[in-house]
Amino acid sequence: MRSHPSDKNKDVARVGLPKEFPEPERSSMKIIVAIKQVPERDAPVRIAADHKSINEADLQWAMNEPDAYALEEALQLKEKNGGEVVVLSAGPERVGSTIREALAKGADRAIHVVADDLASRDALGVARLLAEAIKPESPDLVLTGLQSEDLGLGQTGVIVAELLGLPHSTLILQVEKTDTGIKVKRELEEGWFQHIELPLPAVLTIQSGGNKLRYATLMGIKRARTKELRTVAAADLGPAPAPVLALQNIALPSKQKSTQILPGTAKEAATALVEKLKFEARVI
Amino acid sequence: MSVLVVLEDRGGKITRTSWEAAAAATQLAAGAGVTAVVIGAQTESLTAEAAARGFSAIIRLEHALLAQYTPDGYVSALQDLIQNAKPTEWVVFPHSYQVRDYVPALAARMGQVLIGDVVAIGDGPTFTRQLMQGRLNGNFKPTGSGPCFVSVQSGAFRADGAGSSASATISTFTPNLDAAQIRTKPSEPFRGSAQTVDLSSAQMIVSVGRGIREAENLPLIENLAAALGAEIAASRPICDNGWLPMERQVGSSGQSVAPKLYVAVGISGAIQHLVGMKASQCIVAINKDPDAPIFEVADYGIVGDLFEVVPALTEAVKAAK
Repeated sequence: MRSHPSDKNKDVARVGLPKEFPEPERSSMKIIVAIKQVPERDAPVRIAADHKSINEADLQWAMNEPDAYALEEALQLKEKNGGEVVVLSAGPERVGSTIREALAKGADRAIHVVADDLASRDALGVARLLAEAIKPESPDLVLTGLQSEDLGLGQTGVIVAELLGLPHSTLILQVEKTDTGIKVKRELEEGWFQHIELPLPAVLTIQSGGNKLRYATLMGIKRARTKELRTVAAADLGPAPAPVLALQNIALPSKQKSTQILPGTAKEAATALVEKLKFEARVI
Repeated sequence: MSVLVVLEDRGGKITRTSWEAAAAATQLAAGAGVTAVVIGAQTESLTAEAAARGFSAIIRLEHALLAQYTPDGYVSALQDLIQNAKPTEWVVFPHSYQVRDYVPALAARMGQVLIGDVVAIGDGPTFTRQLMQGRLNGNFKPTGSGPCFVSVQSGAFRADGAGSSASATISTFTPNLDAAQIRTKPSEPFRGSAQTVDLSSAQMIVSVGRGIREAENLPLIENLAAALGAEIAASRPICDNGWLPMERQVGSSGQSVAPKLYVAVGISGAIQHLVGMKASQCIVAINKDPDAPIFEVADYGIVGDLFEVVPALTEAVKAAK
């Protein structure tokens, strides 16, 4: 990993530089944001004939929302401190559209790990791909969303940190550059928070809600077309490890309660509901 | 065959979800004993608390560097323990924020993958976890060798099922740790904003989710809440957008509530929300998607457009009073 130049720069600043010499970028960071393409939230979910996947034919795809917050955090850090934002995504060809969206929002360039076998990899196998793609970049900071909206594992960022030998923290709402590294605000349960200091390089998983998400501008979309999008074949990042966890099947969840669905028009259903709440459940 | 359950504490007390994890561990042990692990710089009181739960053994994982939680400290300490406590087949955890922070790294360091957020354990054993925000269940089976790491979802197992009546063998394990291994510096936890709304004592709650589409539509919800005399709450995205203050958020990152009546409007019912409200006495769900997971926990449901149903419900409530 790249050693951080902040200490050296301080010394340089102390002795003073000739005016024409460019101001050293004291705190600029190279940030990699790992993003995932997931089915759009309201997409119809149908179990495929193999009972191990969902039908992709009628699906629309979107950027995993927590990853969008990770991207937003990276873009804001760059705006504050300078540096570079590189997006990284693994998946089949369709992932390209989500990568373009990230570039349109302001990422500088992108790496697409082209992989058609993600579903047969466990979390460790996917994290290995990402870690191998990240290594040669030697970033100062790796950000990703705290979990994906499809598999919901919430592990990828932490495993990537472990594979890269980097410190990490999860469920992060704010990131602040310090002289020695970064200070982050981590969300705990039930409305509690905690500040944590980490040296760089480091890996963070970002919780939603820390920032407001930006939209891609028309200019951004135009610019994205000219930005570098490098593709790497998954096979070039090493053989896929044997998974230690296998999906047996996918099924519809069984109901925990027997729900009474109240039929009819909005008015009929509402009237029937009030009756039920009053005389059956006796809660109003 | 050996099953460990790693208990977690908050404010010096072992958490309820830890006892639920112990129940899952008991199921995996299938009659054999379960060993509980308590972690800290000093673990007397945690050990005493665990001893009352009838584990076959309790291991006190103690080190001065474990006084405060850090992922580096916990990963190293548990790795050291598990490698010494061979053969360990299962290591069970509550699926807490803390567990999410370090157990994936611990598992990866040992060439394993955490089977996280498990809602049920079937024969085999197979482990059920939710996919697509609770719309589907996936059944998973470990295929590797070595210890298997499992974390269980809050509320998925009954806490009172843990342990037997036997008295536990208590031992202390001092892991190999030095300060240089711990790379992160945590500070003391603090409360977010001053909590002025205590939803946990509310008798009625009307809760709103993404279905409301825009902040401008919130008066619809306020009118229903006013008619019922209910507090207003929300799922996370509404608070993330700043449409309602964070203190009105219900779910794993917000408040846990159990009112007499919980009306979920336009909330699909991701698990992070469900854990905060499924203990409510009566749950009403209003959603346009008949497959939304919120209907799995609802007593009454209306499948329809909330922009039509909510005003009609407000009128019906007013008329009934």
